[in-house]
Amino acid sequence: MYCLIAAESAIFTIFVVAYIFYLGKSVTGPQPHDVLHVPIFLTICLLSSSLTIHFAVKSLQSARMGSFTLWWLLTIVLGAIFLAGTFREWRHLIYDEGLTLQTNLFGTTYYSLVGLHAFHVTVGLLALAIVLIFALRGDVTRQHAARAEVLSMYWHFVDVVWVVVFTVVYIIGR
Amino acid sequence: MSTESIAIPITDTARPPFTATLHEWITTVDHKRLGLLYIFYSLVFLVIGGVEAGIMRIQLIRPHNDFVSPQVFNRMFTMHGTTMIFFVAMPMVFGFANYLIPLMIGARDMAFPRLNAFSFWMTAFGGLLLYFSFIGGDGLYGAGNAPDVGWFAYAPLTSQTFSPGHSTDFWTLSLLVSGIGSVGTAINIIATIVCMRCKGMTLGRMPLLAWLNIVMAGLVILAVSPLTAAQVMLLVDRYLGGHFFDTQAGGSAVVWMHFFWVFGHPEVYVLVIPAFAFVSEIIPVFSRKAIFGYPIMVAATVCIGFISMSVWAHHMFTVGMTSAGNTFFVLSTMAIAVPTGIKIFNWLATIWGGQIHFLTPMLFCIAFLFQFLIAGLTGVMLAAAPFDWQLAGSYFLVAHFHYVIVGGILFAIFAAFYYWFPKMSGRMYDERLGRLHFWLFLIGFHLTFDFMHIPGILGMPRRIYTYEPGRGWETLNFIVTIGVLFQALGTLVFVGNLLWSYFRGKFAGRDPWDAWTLEWSTASPPPAYNFAKIPEIRSRRPLWDLKHPEDPDWQYE
Repeated sequence: MYCLIAAESAIFTIFVVAYIFYLGKSVTGPQPHDVLHVPIFLTICLLSSSLTIHFAVKSLQSARMGSFTLWWLLTIVLGAIFLAGTFREWRHLIYDEGLTLQTNLFGTTYYSLVGLHAFHVTVGLLALAIVLIFALRGDVTRQHAARAEVLSMYWHFVDVVWVVVFTVVYIIGR
Repeated sequence: MSTESIAIPITDTARPPFTATLHEWITTVDHKRLGLLYIFYSLVFLVIGGVEAGIMRIQLIRPHNDFVSPQVFNRMFTMHGTTMIFFVAMPMVFGFANYLIPLMIGARDMAFPRLNAFSFWMTAFGGLLLYFSFIGGDGLYGAGNAPDVGWFAYAPLTSQTFSPGHSTDFWTLSLLVSGIGSVGTAINIIATIVCMRCKGMTLGRMPLLAWLNIVMAGLVILAVSPLTAAQVMLLVDRYLGGHFFDTQAGGSAVVWMHFFWVFGHPEVYVLVIPAFAFVSEIIPVFSRKAIFGYPIMVAATVCIGFISMSVWAHHMFTVGMTSAGNTFFVLSTMAIAVPTGIKIFNWLATIWGGQIHFLTPMLFCIAFLFQFLIAGLTGVMLAAAPFDWQLAGSYFLVAHFHYVIVGGILFAIFAAFYYWFPKMSGRMYDERLGRLHFWLFLIGFHLTFDFMHIPGILGMPRRIYTYEPGRGWETLNFIVTIGVLFQALGTLVFVGNLLWSYFRGKFAGRDPWDAWTLEWSTASPPPAYNFAKIPEIRSRRPLWDLKHPEDPDWQYE
């Protein structure tokens, strides 16, 4: 998993570098500071989901199945809120601001970077949901704690990437 | 030590039907079978890529030749480069890594057998996708079939405007798909080496092949992923109307170059480090001496791994970077010659005073030493930016990197073939045919690539499909093409030798070379479980300890 994370980090690095390199190089509007709003609520949701998945794994390690399922469910809900928020933001950008991937360089780099991250959130949510189904069927036991921990590492990674993306896109980029 | 094997009761002695065998090979998760699949697959592509090179050389044998059209010539060099790097060299080193690493570290399989199978099939379908472009690349545009944008596919040539049709998409997708396979294999190699070593095998006692492959796998992870990212951007540009590399909308073609070479240069080391690994295993055995300077070898490899991540823009001196940028990349590129030089001296010191056995694997290794040295020297020449301004994009450059890839990597791969063929097939190869292959290929190689330097210095640019007479290039190009003939003959002898020896060769026994690493302690070919009993080792040369209990290695290490 560490290796996969290293490989994924390299991919994100390339996209982040492209985003930073192309900042302010768009020949036509809209520019980032015209249209972007800082998604503080969503960021809090995603970052706190790191905490909840940590508690979930801890519960699993000490075989408290009820609290594991609860924390795990909470993680999924928080992740889903984040994804829904991104959906709303994109909807706003596309329909109200007229910014699409084709509009200008900002659009191209913004949608691909944030989209790449959202794609990873989606993959993570699918994996989390599969585990939840197993948990509800009673198939997850304490001996699966190591595997759940691997999944939680992926989820932490997605969060860390969001910290980078958030800093680059919404703070430096504006 | 696992010298005894478990007898499995044979209930059915009749040969299984062909479909059953096929099914077994396709669904296999055994690291040895996957390794052989990788190797077989890359041999097929080696022949295909070689035919493409042959077509180019026939076209260039004399001025104003019209053997193929310029369009076909463009496709040939694109397909030749892409095939040889992604579908010959990489699968080949992955195949050997897959086959050898678990055997050498005393494990029963790779860490993730199913991921291993998945990675192989991804790579395999990547190759098929690339070659499907000959049929499907036309699209609705009638715009030519196979990709013709060069193996590094510079923007803006790859945009929809200049590359209509689907040929470039096949190129992009095939690299994307096989890249996923490569990263999967790399993860697998690292996990295997970190977690599955047998008892007593500390990192300091690991065979050099395992050490070098873990560095290679790390490089794959850090180098292939940027390529994947760049290919995604190219797809976004081509299909979703993005502007990453669209200069008219403020995008930049130079960014593609940077992204490609951030992959492209470490890639050279991804290929050459396993070649070092083969040489480091073979030279000691045929010199009857332990490797000289084991810790330094490891340190030099890790050093190469790090430096190779910071030299990519030496491919871009002619693009026009700042002088600070040029200076940095000149110095880092020259710095990489230091650990490489250390390795060469270590191999020489291993041979020095040894009892040298000039068998085919050793012959290829010695040729490797000479040729890799020359390749490295022209590399240092090209690393000097002013010299590079003069010769970048000429046949001198082509000759330089073919010296690395053919003279270095391919020769080491041939050595590895002959060295481990008895282990993989259980039979000895034919020594006379092996020598014939060596001499034919050596002569062909030097005819082709020694003489290729000179037209480069005389100003012949790469990728031209024909040239004017009277520039002093004719004789040289003629000699270069004749060399290809020798190489093709040598390769035929090689393939014939493999086939003949597989069916008719003498039985090899478990340890034909009197070697020292763990793979020679099990049967040839090894059983599916590798070791009946997981071995336990006390030194870098466990089989030496076993054969010489009166003077074991672990007393000295």
